[in-house]
Amino acid sequence: MRVKEKHVNALVIIGLIALPLFALISDEPFTITLATRAVILALAAVGLNIILGMGGLVSFGHALFFGIGGYTMGILAYHAQTYTTLDLGLFATGGTEFMPVIWVVAMVVSAVLAYLIGLLVLRTSGVYFIMITLAFAQMFYYFAISWAQYGGEDGLSIYVRNDFPGLNTLVPIQFFCICFVILCLVLFLKARLQNSPFGLALNAMRQTATRVETVGLNPMKLKLLAFVISGAITGLAGALFADLNRFVSPTMFSWQLSGELIVLIIIGGVGRLMGPVIGACIFVALEHFLSGLTEFWHIYLGLILLGIVLFARGGVIGLLTGKEGAHV
Amino acid sequence: MSSILVIEQILNGLQFGVMLFLMAAGLTLIFGVMGLINLAHGSLYMIGAFAAAAVAGATGSFFLALVAALVAAAVAGAIVEMVVIRRLYNAAHLDQVLATFALILIFSEGTRWVFGSFPLFLDIPNALSGPVTLPGGIQYPLYRLTLIAIGLAVALGLWLLIERTRIGIQIRAGENDREMIGALGVDISKLYTLVFALGAALAGLAGALVGAIQSVQVGMGEPVLILAFVVIVIGGIGSIRGAFIGALLVGLTDTLGGVFLPEIFKLFMDSGAAQKSGSALASMSIYLLMGMVLIWRPTGLFGARA
Repeated sequence: MRVKEKHVNALVIIGLIALPLFALISDEPFTITLATRAVILALAAVGLNIILGMGGLVSFGHALFFGIGGYTMGILAYHAQTYTTLDLGLFATGGTEFMPVIWVVAMVVSAVLAYLIGLLVLRTSGVYFIMITLAFAQMFYYFAISWAQYGGEDGLSIYVRNDFPGLNTLVPIQFFCICFVILCLVLFLKARLQNSPFGLALNAMRQTATRVETVGLNPMKLKLLAFVISGAITGLAGALFADLNRFVSPTMFSWQLSGELIVLIIIGGVGRLMGPVIGACIFVALEHFLSGLTEFWHIYLGLILLGIVLFARGGVIGLLTGKEGAHV
Repeated sequence: MSSILVIEQILNGLQFGVMLFLMAAGLTLIFGVMGLINLAHGSLYMIGAFAAAAVAGATGSFFLALVAALVAAAVAGAIVEMVVIRRLYNAAHLDQVLATFALILIFSEGTRWVFGSFPLFLDIPNALSGPVTLPGGIQYPLYRLTLIAIGLAVALGLWLLIERTRIGIQIRAGENDREMIGALGVDISKLYTLVFALGAALAGLAGALVGAIQSVQVGMGEPVLILAFVVIVIGGIGSIRGAFIGALLVGLTDTLGGVFLPEIFKLFMDSGAAQKSGSALASMSIYLLMGMVLIWRPTGLFGARA
């Protein structure tokens, strides 16, 4: 049976609301935490999908922005909770525990970093791009390990979740709602972006870069803007992820995480709006159930992944709707 | 800071560099000939180390352990090529990344399943243990010196293989025009399996040799894989000569940076802060090196002009 993509999308959103509500009624807070984890990973992958799905550039280092978002939250909250000042040279601040400020700072820091790194890495393409983004993320990974002031290899624990006006963020369902609303907002913006002149130009550039250049558009500028937006969204997800775990550590920068973000997109379907969301739900569910069955669940994840790459291109949405997704 | 320390560290850097070359040579060869980005190369390194540790534990012979590492990695490489990799040559880079990422998961967990989570140990053979005295009165471990010699010998052998033999001609021709050499009667799929197994054997050899100075454990391959990526990005993807120069540059930068950057920082800040910022910068130094090379030459030192 073939179904329409928008029906699949609606079903996913409804499921994502229904599951935590059901868990709330049946008093299973852990399920709500799992759903929150899926929502945040989905957000990170939506960010990655802007450069990967729309731009056709396989960034294997998006954990970099995830980690930057996480450490932004960690550092700001650490200073606020220990009443120490964070001296940034130009100005000093006491940190903050106020979520919206943390989000804005995380996005700005990620965006600036994406701009600077993008200037360098976007000069390359193809395999070079894959390896260089990987290497940059690894550089930050090692930097975080050697940065003893914020926990070094052991990471940094934040004892209380940050504040959001009017809500008690330590109640799982309330924190879930914050993350879910952010995901919906970002998905809405992404849908608008896809059909905007910028999105169309980016799409065209992925298919034939020379043609885009001949009509007078600058591919470097397009790619750079996509990379910056992509990095900012993944950075925001990193800040939320750190708040969910109340812990940041260098593993947020790890190459495994970069790989998993790509895996999420592929499971769902490349270049599709809801691909990352479906992928994240399936990934978190697999992680939860398979790791309950066997200690070696990564073997099965690997086999499933191989199966998808070799036999089911277009991901789950592709299987359901009978159409292959945009190819990178 | 004595000159003896400097020379010791240069030798350490060289040793690290030639071992990186063994990894990078296989990666760059596979990319050059088949156009494939192989993330699972680190797993082959791990397989070599585990095979060596297991055989050395059973027989006590380091030589047999090295043979086992070469054979195990080459066989694993050939099987993987025939079962999975072969389907990926015409696929997008994204599919290659994912499929080989999946292979890492399978290999790592499979190894953990067979050997457990605890690290194994591979001992340096008695004949090669202990220091030797080099000209100038420098005491240096014989085993590390042997690694440098083996690495240089493999580099020379690889150069001879590619420049002077019939197989080498086919490999070089395959890099330029795979359809043409197929039309000339070369069995491409056999050639590809051979190149993949050769790259795998080099990775397995590196794993076994390095395994004797570090511990043999699951996940040991990936940090080396990422360094090997840095090496071939610096050297230019597909170029063996680039991989050699890049590996030595990365090995020396990493080793010398870790020792001397904190010392240099001590010249203008207090000792504790210098130690911290020096080692933080040292851990990033090879990536900074890569960044500088890329600004100067986006396709690496010896890469084809894009």
